[in-house]
Amino acid sequence: MKWLRWLGLLIVLLVVLALAWFLFGGSGGQPVPRDASSVQADTLNDPALIAKGKYLATIADCAGCHTAQGGVAYAGGRSIVTPFGNIPVPNITPDRETGLGDWSFEDFHQALHSGKGRHGELLYPAFSYTSYTKVNRDDSLAIYAYLQSLEPVHQPTEANSLAFPYKLRNSLKAWRTLYFREGEFKPDPAQSAEWNRGAYLVQGLGHCNECHAARDSLGGTPQDVHLTGGQIPMQNWFAPDLSTQKNGGLEGWSTQDIVDLLKTGQSAKGATFGPMADVVVNSTQYMTDSDLHAIATYLQSLPPRANPGEAARQFNAKALVEQGKKVYAEHCEACHRKDGQGVANVYPPLDGNSSVTEPTGINAIRIVLLGGFAPVTEANPRPYSMPPFAQQLNDDEVSAVISYIRRSWSNQASVIRAEDVSKYRQTPID
Amino acid sequence: MPVRRSWARAYNGRMNTNTSLRHAKLFSAASVLMVALLSVAPSHAADEQPVPDTLQQRIATCTACHGVNGEGSPGSGYFPRLAGKPAAYLARQMQDFQNGLRKYAPMEYTVRQLSPAYMREIAEYFAAQEVPYEHSPLPPVSPATLARGEQLVEKGDPERKIPACASCHGSQLTGVEPSIPGLVGLPYDYISAQLGSWRTNTRATVEPDCMSAVANRLSESDITAVAAALASRELPADTHAQPAGSVEPPLPCGVLGAAGGPA
Repeated sequence: MKWLRWLGLLIVLLVVLALAWFLFGGSGGQPVPRDASSVQADTLNDPALIAKGKYLATIADCAGCHTAQGGVAYAGGRSIVTPFGNIPVPNITPDRETGLGDWSFEDFHQALHSGKGRHGELLYPAFSYTSYTKVNRDDSLAIYAYLQSLEPVHQPTEANSLAFPYKLRNSLKAWRTLYFREGEFKPDPAQSAEWNRGAYLVQGLGHCNECHAARDSLGGTPQDVHLTGGQIPMQNWFAPDLSTQKNGGLEGWSTQDIVDLLKTGQSAKGATFGPMADVVVNSTQYMTDSDLHAIATYLQSLPPRANPGEAARQFNAKALVEQGKKVYAEHCEACHRKDGQGVANVYPPLDGNSSVTEPTGINAIRIVLLGGFAPVTEANPRPYSMPPFAQQLNDDEVSAVISYIRRSWSNQASVIRAEDVSKYRQTPID
Repeated sequence: MPVRRSWARAYNGRMNTNTSLRHAKLFSAASVLMVALLSVAPSHAADEQPVPDTLQQRIATCTACHGVNGEGSPGSGYFPRLAGKPAAYLARQMQDFQNGLRKYAPMEYTVRQLSPAYMREIAEYFAAQEVPYEHSPLPPVSPATLARGEQLVEKGDPERKIPACASCHGSQLTGVEPSIPGLVGLPYDYISAQLGSWRTNTRATVEPDCMSAVANRLSESDITAVAAALASRELPADTHAQPAGSVEPPLPCGVLGAAGGPA
């Protein structure tokens, strides 16, 4: 039976080799030198292409991640904090040593489309190539031309602080089989050109699904989950459902409401704050009206889904809501009004506001504690603001008033407990 | 089932009435209701105050802590006074929070996406506020400590290259337009906390950051001394900042366009 022992040994050896290849093997791929690129230097210097790229980079909000607080736009220098560790954001200015100066268009497009670096190394999906893979080659070229036209900034990218096994880039092979489907956006011929443009922007450049869908324990979004809303990991804000879902979605939003929100930061249905306020200020306010309408058309076509939220907690809700009503009358009513309708273009309504009724209550908790300005946009350069109540109201009062607004008027969301409030008393910077 | 039966009788009875008469009654009832609603609507709106189109109303998030007139929280001293501080100084502080040079999460959060123009307008609002200063409590300090503090305020410590406070902040320490804040009338806790924050890199400004240089040359006991001396000072009759250009800073300062002598 000696041959059996040899066979066993051979199998073990093969398994070890396969595992080693999986963990340590290269993904293949060599950089394409710039002088071997299919794209000529003249093409890249075309002002029209650069202008188009600037618009696309703006509406994709590349600078939102690739810029440090107080730093030069697109020069990186900060980290994305994830549950798996910190992932530094690279410098994408055309600095030869620390940026994209040596990158050819082929290298750039491979990163955007396939989530691979210049040498074929797998990129961490904090870079949202799960969405950017849908971006077409022409748009990718325009963005590349724009980035290459920027002033180079010398800023090295730090090493990541990921924990094992995430530190091994090849652990992404498994992740990619679960969560990444490579491929450009395919228009749906049954839909209008406007709808298709909206779908392309929302699913691709806009990378809306990266926040507006729940991530699972591996940090991925299952393939069939699309814009159903989700808590943003580490930032602890809830990105609401963007379908026409009732209570927490965009039910009742008109095209104009969606356009207004993205253009000005405010709409008749609610205002943006937290991470979405940044997105409006840096990105969506610069979208053309036709792109904004296209996005609205697409979002309004998303059917409501069965509410995945847990059943409302009904412990002593009546007393809590009664207490909340008193807090509301004292602190909130002057601006948001007794009927919860707010004041048009000044104070957002709370009735039917998806950030009031989203499943977790996090957004309402944080806004009550932090207050803050509505986004400063070209359309609304001197916004009104809400006082922070962190130092005025205790956890019981905050939970009571939020429970009240979540169960008043047409709102039907779960009540919030004082313990839920205490978790979010720290102020986020990112 | 007596209730249900009587209800059924009433219903049948109504069915027997003349239908056109019923319609007329319904119509008149509806008109009365409409009139009632129309007359209620304006008075309902009048109950709720219109929102004033003023900067003060717009910046409720600032005044919740710093006071409607920028008076701060004089009792605790936790939220600093803004009233009467030079406008360019206040605008610079917001910008420094925005850029992460000054670190305090609630301020960084609040100003993070304000435009330079809006920050300037808010700064001018608080700079223009006239609020009397209040004396705040002083910790027990020895006369020797106060004397050391007075020396630093008026003369500095040339041996350790510490300039006098008065050499930049004005002869009356009321600040200098447009970028140097006053130091009189501020609480002990506030002054010592700011000097400390320069040393722990939670407060900084554009380079060269002259106040960081000064704060790092002070010893811990110097910080106590200078904060106590400043907080115990009598207020001058005129607490407004001195005119622009009335001091020659002994250090190069980024906030002053890096003017001034050698470090």
